[in-house]
Amino acid sequence: MKTVPFDEALTRYEPVIGLEVHVELGTQSKMFCSCSTNFGAAPNTQVCPVCLALPGAMPVANRAAIESIIRIGLALNCSIAEWCRMARKNYFYPDMPKDYQISQYDEPICTDGYLDVTVDGKVIRVEIERVHMEEDTGKLTHSGGATGRIHGADYSVVDYNRAGIPLVEIVTKTVVGTGALAPAVARTYVAELRDLMRALGVSDVKMEEGSLRCDANLSLNRPGDPWGTRTETKNVNSLRSVERAVRFEIERQAAVLDDGGRVHQETRHFQEGDGTTAPGRSKEQAEDYRYFPEPDLVPIAPSREWVEKLRLTLPELPSVRRARLAEAWAIGEFEMATLVNAGILDIVEETVAAGVAPDAARKWWSGEFTRAASERGVEPADLPVTSADIARVEELIASGALNDKLARQVFEAVLAGEGSPDEVVAARGLAVVSDDGPLLEAIDAALAEQPDVAEKIRSGKLQAAGAIVGAVMKTTRGQADAGRVRELLLERLGVEG
Amino acid sequence: MTNISRADVAHLARLARLAIPEDQLDHYAEQLDVILQSVARVGEVAAADVPAMSHPVPLLNVFRDDVARPGLDREAAMAAAPAIEDDRFRVPRILDEE
Ligand SMILES: [Zn+2]
Repeated sequence: MKTVPFDEALTRYEPVIGLEVHVELGTQSKMFCSCSTNFGAAPNTQVCPVCLALPGAMPVANRAAIESIIRIGLALNCSIAEWCRMARKNYFYPDMPKDYQISQYDEPICTDGYLDVTVDGKVIRVEIERVHMEEDTGKLTHSGGATGRIHGADYSVVDYNRAGIPLVEIVTKTVVGTGALAPAVARTYVAELRDLMRALGVSDVKMEEGSLRCDANLSLNRPGDPWGTRTETKNVNSLRSVERAVRFEIERQAAVLDDGGRVHQETRHFQEGDGTTAPGRSKEQAEDYRYFPEPDLVPIAPSREWVEKLRLTLPELPSVRRARLAEAWAIGEFEMATLVNAGILDIVEETVAAGVAPDAARKWWSGEFTRAASERGVEPADLPVTSADIARVEELIASGALNDKLARQVFEAVLAGEGSPDEVVAARGLAVVSDDGPLLEAIDAALAEQPDVAEKIRSGKLQAAGAIVGAVMKTTRGQADAGRVRELLLERLGVEG
Repeated sequence: MTNISRADVAHLARLARLAIPEDQLDHYAEQLDVILQSVARVGEVAAADVPAMSHPVPLLNVFRDDVARPGLDREAAMAAAPAIEDDRFRVPRILDEE
């Protein structure tokens, strides 16, 4: 596929983005029936006459889901409708056994909000067009096709466990004027929404499990021209993919326009492998979903008292919390963004609360534990190490019983399931060698091996001491206190430190 | 004089997944028109002070508590499935739609 380098594309075109995010709510039961919403249950075991559309079944709305969407709307600075209805979105596709999805059409429950995101130190206000309530669809698996994609499939199989789980769709207005920041704005917006949903406790927002899904719309226009034709990219399943998908569409559409072609209004699919997008269904012919008010569900009219009561339950917003923690920990925006992007802000905060100095908590989580987590393919917070473990190891470091290197060994053992830090220290006999005798022996041996270095140190080149200290640390398998070794070494050579 | 065009009938047929031969489009356009005209007569008696109504009962905010309850077991749920594979409903392949 022909593309234009990103930076070059932006010299000629202005990107306009729009994002549609679907959030699966974490309610116990489905939106219109009492089936469980547990993820990963055996196929078609969380279904009932309502979500299977058996004749005569009647839906009843889940109060907790309505409360969740109102809280989401309030957190996004939206107006909450005084009266609205659900609507039927009619289409023939086996992911919904009813042949329609219950959604909202021209009467969304939340409208006209915004979410501020910070990219490169610049605050960008993403305006929210609407937040509406709907139900998730069943999960189709296509068989027979070479790629598992829909084209060429001989047949499909359907699991309706997911059908009817409450789904909230959050639609932005078009975001203009972001230029080269467009991919980062898209990513940061979705990340900020994810953090907000998590703070509200309304969803587990796991992109990899599909409880947060994003469609990215993008068009290009030359400066001063009207907006171009947009494409809608689906299958964007991670924050990184959001950024890559927008970036790729800019590069691809710029090439089409450069050649004098026109961008087709279509759905495209993001390809995780090579970061490109591939064409899907063409949208040249407008969809005709024949929306009409859902006759089986009565209108929803949230009283102002109810809305205000829900407003009181809003948590500290993620951006406010980040600013508070950054100040308390004396770190900058970049360091804070690193913690957020690594998904370790919560656990670092918890570790600090357990008594660990902020710098140490950040160091362990963004270094050692992030590495260990990615090796195991888990989230850092899910590692078998607790804030209390880190607090204990830091205590041992402060008392001189462990040094950094030994502390790392302790954590390796803790992660390997060898027990608590104290148990590991005892079982492995890990302790800083504090007896000077063995240290002096090791120093003498190192000096004898490297007489030239010894001479340099004697003549005042103190930076040469590192080689001897290093050798001693090696002989003692890291169990020495490097500071003490240096002290002893200089004493031995009669040099002033 | 019909207000429903042949194109309307073809569109509706496509949405409803009905195969209507070209030479019958006019026939169905006439029939649909009669139906629409009959329904339109309701509008003649609705005065301006009668608001449009989507629900026959004057109820608002009917909600249930968020409590999960067991639904159907799989055998019962899939009893009417035309075809089953891997405990899932097996359906014909779908072309050009998602
Ligand atoms: Zn159900």
